[in-house]
Amino acid sequence: MAELHVELVAADRKVWSGEASLVVARTSSGDIGVMPGHQPLLGVLESGPVTIRTTGESGNGTVVAAVHGGFISFADNQLSLLAEVAELTDEIDVERAERALEQAKSKADEDAEKRADVRLRAVTAAR
Amino acid sequence: MGAQLRVYKRRIKSVSATKKITRAMEMIAASRIIKAQRKVAASEPYAKELTRAVTAVAQGSDAKHPLLTETEQPKRAAVLLITSDRGLAGGYNSNAIKAAEQLNTRLAAEGKEVDSYIVGTKGVAYYGFRNRPVKESFTGFTDNPTYADAKAVAAPLIEAVRAESAEGGADELHIVYTEFVSMMTQTAVDARMLPLSFDKGTESLGAGDGVAKGGAAVMPLYDFEPSAEDVLDALLPRYVESRVYNALLQAAASKHAATRRAMKSATDNAEELIKSLTRLANAARQADITQEISEIVGGASALADANAGSDR
Repeated sequence: MAELHVELVAADRKVWSGEASLVVARTSSGDIGVMPGHQPLLGVLESGPVTIRTTGESGNGTVVAAVHGGFISFADNQLSLLAEVAELTDEIDVERAERALEQAKSKADEDAEKRADVRLRAVTAAR
Repeated sequence: MGAQLRVYKRRIKSVSATKKITRAMEMIAASRIIKAQRKVAASEPYAKELTRAVTAVAQGSDAKHPLLTETEQPKRAAVLLITSDRGLAGGYNSNAIKAAEQLNTRLAAEGKEVDSYIVGTKGVAYYGFRNRPVKESFTGFTDNPTYADAKAVAAPLIEAVRAESAEGGADELHIVYTEFVSMMTQTAVDARMLPLSFDKGTESLGAGDGVAKGGAAVMPLYDFEPSAEDVLDALLPRYVESRVYNALLQAAASKHAATRRAMKSATDNAEELIKSLTRLANAARQADITQEISEIVGGASALADANAGSDR
């Protein structure tokens, strides 16, 4: 089966890279699914979970990452997800995110609330 | 102990204390270079992908964007100068400042007004001492910059570029920083970030941070989501941030390398000084001993002479 190469990079590190059969991400005009052979694409990502269906060397499975804004670009079966901040669900501390969400809500800090919310949504999506 | 000898001993003691300090600083700097280099390397994938994306939009669409098109008569240029917060780094800061001065003179000769944005206490002090106007300055993070710091630095720059020239907006954006070429070589460079120019631009994109080698290759036709303008709008601030971040990281690595070299030569000089002072101290001790012996011998012979005289 055809596969595409995914690079998920944050500003200060490479978060994940490997082969995948499908990547679902949310752009500013709605969810988009990219499969091998997709037309070259460049889009603006919304904060939210990104689901990567892995194949090949990384094994069949699903990797979910919380992405806080960024870009998706696809050409020649190379997909790159660029984000200022991105974390895999394994790296997210659920309790901490929940606490952060509570705190943000009580302080009416919208940015922090959004960040915590995205993390929690990504964790739920991974289950 | 002779007075001379005591003076030498004291100086040797003080120089060895200094040597211990400089050696410790050298070692600290050496370990920080490695860390800083690792951070530069870790930031590279993002910078590379981002540059590729910017190149793709700029070439793959005929979107007109204020950040891409050259103004016919640029009137104002913003210059970001990156120095360090602390000294003891040899010529590091003065080289960066010199490069900025040259750039300022060149821009002024082209009839552009220059707005200075400065990172690092040393640069701020230089401009402050000469009563030069500084648009905005940032201090406190040059040793270990984070992406959030880069964002904070980039924000006023992006705002300045977005603003209309009549309202004090900048038409061009330049950055002066110290490029980390290798452990032994760091050079102060200036680069134009915006507007991007693609004949020379792809080269300058790559020259700054070693990315975008494929700039000359023909890009595929992209589908833009939601539209080319919107993508560009979102992309360019990120591009500026990532360039600033990369420059900050390289400057930090260069600063540590410069400190290490300066401290190494300070340690070597201290060693040299201790050696020559020890020689002088030895000579002084020998002189003391010689004098003492000659005094004893002189005293003894005088006594002997006196005794011989009384015997007779």
